[in-house]
Amino acid sequence: MSAPETTTTDTQSAAASGDTLASMLTPSEVTGDFAGLSTAPIYEIALAILGLATLLTAIRLLRGPTLPDRVVAVDQLGFFAVGAIALYAVLTAKPVLLSVGIVMALILFLGTAAFAMFIERRARP
Amino acid sequence: MMDPAMLNESVAAALGALALAADAPDAYATAATADSGGPTIFLELLAATLAVVGSIFCLLASIGTLRFPDVYTRMQAATKAGTLGVGCLVFTVPAHFASVGAFAEAILVLAFFFLTAPVAGHLIGRAAYLAGSPIWAKTQRDELRGCYCKETHLLHPIPMAQLDALESEAAGSTEGSRSATKSAG
Repeated sequence: MSAPETTTTDTQSAAASGDTLASMLTPSEVTGDFAGLSTAPIYEIALAILGLATLLTAIRLLRGPTLPDRVVAVDQLGFFAVGAIALYAVLTAKPVLLSVGIVMALILFLGTAAFAMFIERRARP
Repeated sequence: MMDPAMLNESVAAALGALALAADAPDAYATAATADSGGPTIFLELLAATLAVVGSIFCLLASIGTLRFPDVYTRMQAATKAGTLGVGCLVFTVPAHFASVGAFAEAILVLAFFFLTAPVAGHLIGRAAYLAGSPIWAKTQRDELRGCYCKETHLLHPIPMAQLDALESEAAGSTEGSRSATKSAG
């Protein structure tokens, strides 16, 4: 939503600071983006990698032979959700979203601990 | 700093940033990127690097979760690589917005993960072991074999069978010594 505003300020600051450094330090595909300081494609790529990771974890969640396997997979899905929230906060320019990550981490631990307790209690004769 | 014209310029820039922050709804970000070019490029570079490195670590963690042979190794991959990846991803936000508040929140998230991830991993691993989750066939040694009491789920320093044998032996030896002292008396 604030995309045009950011790009104008970004091009100004990039012109001030010189894009040779950025072009030296970044891969050639994204040099143009980096010199103009609109790094959104990088975050989108990172989000895509995270999505792939989520998919692989979901396969383990569906396949997991035992319940602890599935709990580990769910735990990891929650981890990835926090990471995706961080990347989403960057992409939508809303740093407030990071608070959601804190809450998510809290809930995640409680859920995992409860599941572990359940598994252990079920194993007790 | 000393030059009054420069000072005026910086004050004007700050006022402009404030005005921007007042009217734009998400000017937090634009104000941070608008003030100067030099450090922002480095912060932006840091943010992008953290994002890519973090997501790659998350991918590695998920590959580990998918490919490792038993629960314990999977849990290890998920806990360690996952924590590192998410830590990197969370620090993307303060680096991108160059904001102290986001940095504090990222520190909170990271501290929380560093505190809870090992505990959660330990809980799941313990529960899986007690529930009899199968261990990889090529495992070299299982140091906990037989060390958990089946009824109480308490961990003993040596395997339960060995412990029982020792206890009965100790009982036998004390009886024996008692009888020996009795016979001597």
